[in-house]
Amino acid sequence: MRHTISVLVENKFGVLARIAGLFSARGYNIASLAVSETLDPEISYMTIVVEVKDEAILEQIKKQLNKLIDVITVTDFTKKEHVDRELVLAKIAYSAQDKVRIEALLKKCAGKIIQAKGNTAVIEAVGEQAQVKELLEGLNEIGIKELVKTGRLAITN
Amino acid sequence: MIGAQILIECLKREGVEVIFGYPGGQVLPIFDRLYDASVKFILTRHEQGAAHAADGYARATGKVGVCMATSGPGATNLTTGIANAYMDSIPMVAITGQVKSFLIGNDAFQEADITGVTRPITKHNFLVKDIKDLARIVREAFYIASTGRPGPVVIDIPSDIQMQDAPFVWPEKVQMRSYQPTYFGHPGQIKKAVKLIVNSKKPLIYAGGGIITSGANAALLELAEKIQAPVTWTLMGIGSFPGTHKLSMGMLGMHGTAYANHAIMGADLIIAVGARFDDRVTGRIDSFAPGAKVIHIDIDPSSISKNIKVDVPIVGDAKNILGEILEQTKKCPDTAEWLKTVDALKRKYPLKYKDGERLKPQYVLEQLYDVTKGDVIITTEVGQNQMWACQWLKYDQARTFISSGGLGTMGFGFPAAIGAKVGCPDKTVIDIAGDGSIQMNIQELGTCVANKINVKVFILNNGYLGMVRQWQELFYKKRYSQVGITSPDFVKLAESYGAVGICVKKKEDVRHAIEKALKIDNTVFIDFHVEPEENVFPMVPAGEAINRMIEGLA
Repeated sequence: MRHTISVLVENKFGVLARIAGLFSARGYNIASLAVSETLDPEISYMTIVVEVKDEAILEQIKKQLNKLIDVITVTDFTKKEHVDRELVLAKIAYSAQDKVRIEALLKKCAGKIIQAKGNTAVIEAVGEQAQVKELLEGLNEIGIKELVKTGRLAITN
Repeated sequence: MIGAQILIECLKREGVEVIFGYPGGQVLPIFDRLYDASVKFILTRHEQGAAHAADGYARATGKVGVCMATSGPGATNLTTGIANAYMDSIPMVAITGQVKSFLIGNDAFQEADITGVTRPITKHNFLVKDIKDLARIVREAFYIASTGRPGPVVIDIPSDIQMQDAPFVWPEKVQMRSYQPTYFGHPGQIKKAVKLIVNSKKPLIYAGGGIITSGANAALLELAEKIQAPVTWTLMGIGSFPGTHKLSMGMLGMHGTAYANHAIMGADLIIAVGARFDDRVTGRIDSFAPGAKVIHIDIDPSSISKNIKVDVPIVGDAKNILGEILEQTKKCPDTAEWLKTVDALKRKYPLKYKDGERLKPQYVLEQLYDVTKGDVIITTEVGQNQMWACQWLKYDQARTFISSGGLGTMGFGFPAAIGAKVGCPDKTVIDIAGDGSIQMNIQELGTCVANKINVKVFILNNGYLGMVRQWQELFYKKRYSQVGITSPDFVKLAESYGAVGICVKKKEDVRHAIEKALKIDNTVFIDFHVEPEENVFPMVPAGEAINRMIEGLA
């Protein structure tokens, strides 16, 4: 099962390596990882989606993260009300005949065309994982040339 | 003040009495300043020896052990010792030189990314990138190493930073928002634990190294006597409870006493203190202590419910929590019947070995105990020698048994004995060794003689890497693959270094040799030629339930 956790860390040299090393050394799987500075440049915020087979492992991951000296707090979103989003950028095949279909798909998934040039368009979409997935499945039928996604970002509400 | 001087000033303020280490190109500025410093420096013959010596010093004294090496190979040679200290939660600060900061990443001569290498085997590590951070980093390193669940911390200092000038600013207080260990147990959890204790009929205390780290020996003894619960311990917990006490059950686990392992299976309450339910202790997890509720006291939250699901976890310092439990336990359980059962187990399954024509290693240890009555510090190597030292010697005091528990590092015992002797010069320090292990750091004989560090090494010489041979005998149809090992003439070897060597082949010479060695004011190697194919029993085969022991003689 997938769980989203966030980790506030000291924005110090090597801290990402410490987190990544912990996961690899203990055999935990990272499904996605998003890192950025917070308003306080001394603190970074990481959102990590982990794939675990049971709750006990999730507990261990949280405890092990907390044990790292540079980790300030660990938040588990599993039982917290929260919103989460992913951002996707894609370069797709774009022709007059597919235009209507593409626009309908994008509308449904809160996406938009950033730039269209010749028979190619770059689109963006922000949404929950399921929404993004649905959009990508639809676009894939038309033709995705290139695709990049952020990991999941989450915040409590 | 230049960086090297700042470092030494910090070490002085941290109360460091001795550094174990080895010089090299990227620590020249530090060694230049050490030339005039009052801190004692023990030059080992290999950096691994320095790390183990610092570790042994820390275990014997409870203080932070300090080791030092140059960049690259010097630093990587420390790593086995660092990993060893990490697995056993030993407070240690390892200081390494690094290539000049502007050369880092250029594959410079003797460059190794030592913060990268040691990240998974340290509690924390630092690369000093700015001279202004140096004093604070040293302060934090000692604080991190010695508080909470202790562990090794590496400080990597580029040589140009050692030369840079900066005002010395000593941070009086350490403040780290991201590191605040829990020392006091949750009152609600303590109440629940007391309730379980009061209502138990067959309680058993399972004591680990955390008792010794926390200084909770007296509290443990008081609790055991108050609630009349027998006490068993892990390898790291040896010395946490008096081995000669009538409630003592000896070590449990793979080579523990049979009566401790049977008692675990019969208990209705296990009070685990400062222990981590390691696989060598629990055997097959799903059949461990099936009838027991478990109280688990540990300062490291990640140790709790890692291997075994516990009923009442209490995070905090063992001494504080045991004190609280003692205070709140007004009514004591009636354990008279349970103690009878336990005594019957002790009578039914005593530790034993078959005496024969040839000298037995167990006999050597019995004689050693008889001569010293336990008033010594014992260190061990790893393997059969280590297990026999756990089984056949008794330990009444904390910090008198020093052994590589978690990592199982051959070659640990001899340098650790050096560290222990430097820390406790008035104590007799004896390394129980095998002929295999002793050869892994035998070069430290030079360190002993040059510094007049008088330790005794008892080599239980059986011509084999005995524990591996035992596994091959029992589980691989006696196909002895690369376990026969030759040794030099240990007597001549010791003599060539300026130490003393004694060779013992016969039973009747054992006692005299021990008495003689203890009187000599020099390092002594005693080479005991023991039965080559003696096994350590009882033994729980890997992956079996801990009461399914191979008894050997039974």
